[in-house]
Amino acid sequence: MLSIKNLHASIGDKEILKGINLEVKAGEIHAIMGPNGAGKSTLASIIAGNENYEVTAGEISLDGEDLSELAPEERAHKGVFLSFQYPVEIPGVSVTNFMRTAINETRKANGLEEMPAKDMLKVIREKSELLEIDRKFLSRSLNEGFSGGEKKRNEIFQMAMLEPKLAILDETDSGLDIDALRIVANGVNKLKSDKNAIVVITHYQRLLDYIVPDFVHVLYNGKIVKSGGKELAHELEEKGYDWIKQEQEA
Amino acid sequence: MELKEKLLSSFMAFEERIDVHSELHDVRTAAIKNFENKGFPTKKDEAWKYTSLNAILKNDFTVFPKEENAVEFNHVKKYFLHEVDTYKVVFIDGVFNSHLSSTTHDGIDICLMSSALNKPKYKMIIDTYFNQIASKDESLTSLNTAFANEGAYIHIPKSKVADKPIEIMYFSTGNEAALLVQPRNLVIVGENSHVQIIERHQSLTENPVLTNSVTEIFAQKRAIVDYYKIQNDTLEANLIDNTYVSQKQESHVSVHTFSFGGNLTRNNLNFYHFGERLTSTLNGITIIGEKQHVDHYTLVKHSTPNCESFQDYKGIYSDRSTGVFNGKVYVEKEAQKTNAFQKSNNILLSDKATINAKPQLEIFADDVKCSHGCTVGQLDETAMFYMQQRGIPKKEAKALLMYAFSNAVIESIKIPELKQRITKIIATKLGVKIGFDL
Repeated sequence: MLSIKNLHASIGDKEILKGINLEVKAGEIHAIMGPNGAGKSTLASIIAGNENYEVTAGEISLDGEDLSELAPEERAHKGVFLSFQYPVEIPGVSVTNFMRTAINETRKANGLEEMPAKDMLKVIREKSELLEIDRKFLSRSLNEGFSGGEKKRNEIFQMAMLEPKLAILDETDSGLDIDALRIVANGVNKLKSDKNAIVVITHYQRLLDYIVPDFVHVLYNGKIVKSGGKELAHELEEKGYDWIKQEQEA
Repeated sequence: MELKEKLLSSFMAFEERIDVHSELHDVRTAAIKNFENKGFPTKKDEAWKYTSLNAILKNDFTVFPKEENAVEFNHVKKYFLHEVDTYKVVFIDGVFNSHLSSTTHDGIDICLMSSALNKPKYKMIIDTYFNQIASKDESLTSLNTAFANEGAYIHIPKSKVADKPIEIMYFSTGNEAALLVQPRNLVIVGENSHVQIIERHQSLTENPVLTNSVTEIFAQKRAIVDYYKIQNDTLEANLIDNTYVSQKQESHVSVHTFSFGGNLTRNNLNFYHFGERLTSTLNGITIIGEKQHVDHYTLVKHSTPNCESFQDYKGIYSDRSTGVFNGKVYVEKEAQKTNAFQKSNNILLSDKATINAKPQLEIFADDVKCSHGCTVGQLDETAMFYMQQRGIPKKEAKALLMYAFSNAVIESIKIPELKQRITKIIATKLGVKIGFDL
């Protein structure tokens, strides 16, 4: 589904990604782990089309289609979803209205009619129940005054609404207490199918106890330096990232 | 001949047509003298530092337009509210048009300034209110006073609610190469009474127009006045709006100014307090581009204790447009327990757009709450990326952000049909078709 080949990217003069290769197939969950500053969030941002980064070499494709010339919204319309590490507060735009606009714009881009208001309300009700979100919450301004946990839950709620092909969860576990973590992970697991794929970006192994990956990759200094199964996450948890650093510098 | 000279000689011609023995004659004569002494304001005047009238004054304006200019209703229908019935006071090139208007004398007076000024039965009211709160010192107000003859006259007596909103419309046909119009409105709202007014100036062609308008609003005890100004005129139209508000105790007066169009717009908005526990609200949304210029010059004079004033101005400037927000708040020594808040938030969408924001607070009382905040920023790039990531295209994301930015002011519109209309104008300005019912 997602195919990344020899991806190099920089911001200003600073090269952050130095040749990433990654293949994600439908039905798979991949975890990308690594120390701070390794380039994890940059990779997520670039897949989503953030124009602040410059892709200097390599390619990203989704189901064989090159994404590199597409705007962020066009990638979203093709099924790319990024759960932000720091969801943005947008005062004056309610969660419901935001979702309605997002869904209808996506439908429009895919040649579909707008979703009737009645259906929209029904879907919103179902998905908010899945994430245990209070209805009152939906009429509030998007992310404004939300706690860290509420913001992350709201991200997964949006993922549930948009039903993406490829979901990238960037540090979704940060700022979550154990109950919220369970709710979020449970939501993600319910959304998982053999038609979609999930890339979990995390610093810690904790989330991976709940969202169990098929593959774990270690990103260090702009490159994937190690790949393995879920046991690699445990090894990292035990040995820490210094082990990787030493191995690399040796 | 320079415009000033032309106006001075026109005044003599104007006087010949009216009764020189009336008391109004003295008012007009004093006013024209003040204008003669002061002339048009220039950038040397502190109050006009950021707004120059020079280029506009070079037009050869007609001061007395022909009286027979006609306009078909179908041609101007779109400028009125449709979904709600309204009283209408309509002027074409400064002349009242009875065909398009819907006035009343049934318990409330919604009619013409010219009748009020000339008919004996209004004399007492005119003597009590006309030119009482308008400045006798400011030259453009004086110029208007000197020629004051036509406009809307609204008198809501004690304990009456105007059953429909009132639309005051000034159309200019462009039948003159360049036209100067000077409407004069008088609004008197009695004790416990309530009125909603919408004022709009609209040019129907591309010929230059300069409107120098004066509106006096008197709100008696516990009166409620909601006044909305829609400024969405052509790029050849210029507007100087001078509005003076006098408030008595426990009254609520709000003036909303929506500035989306025109070449040059200057809003002089002045509030004076004559009683306790009253509230003044001044809200504005400005969305302009090209070389448009909008200058909001506000004054709230707190002279009595326990009063509140709220100012909230949002501005979005693109291309080479320029905006000014100059907000003066005076709190006199007697005005203890004043709450005065002022906000001016601005977004610049282009490197060449400018906003000059200047809050001026002069506080002489010691037990007050006053605050002001001015912000100037760009659209939040991270918010844009976030919205785009969820599938909202750039243009719509931008529009949604800007709409959200102005939302607090839009929400304060109390006439639902007007709120819809303003929302629609904003969507059109932003070039999008998404529904904005947030």
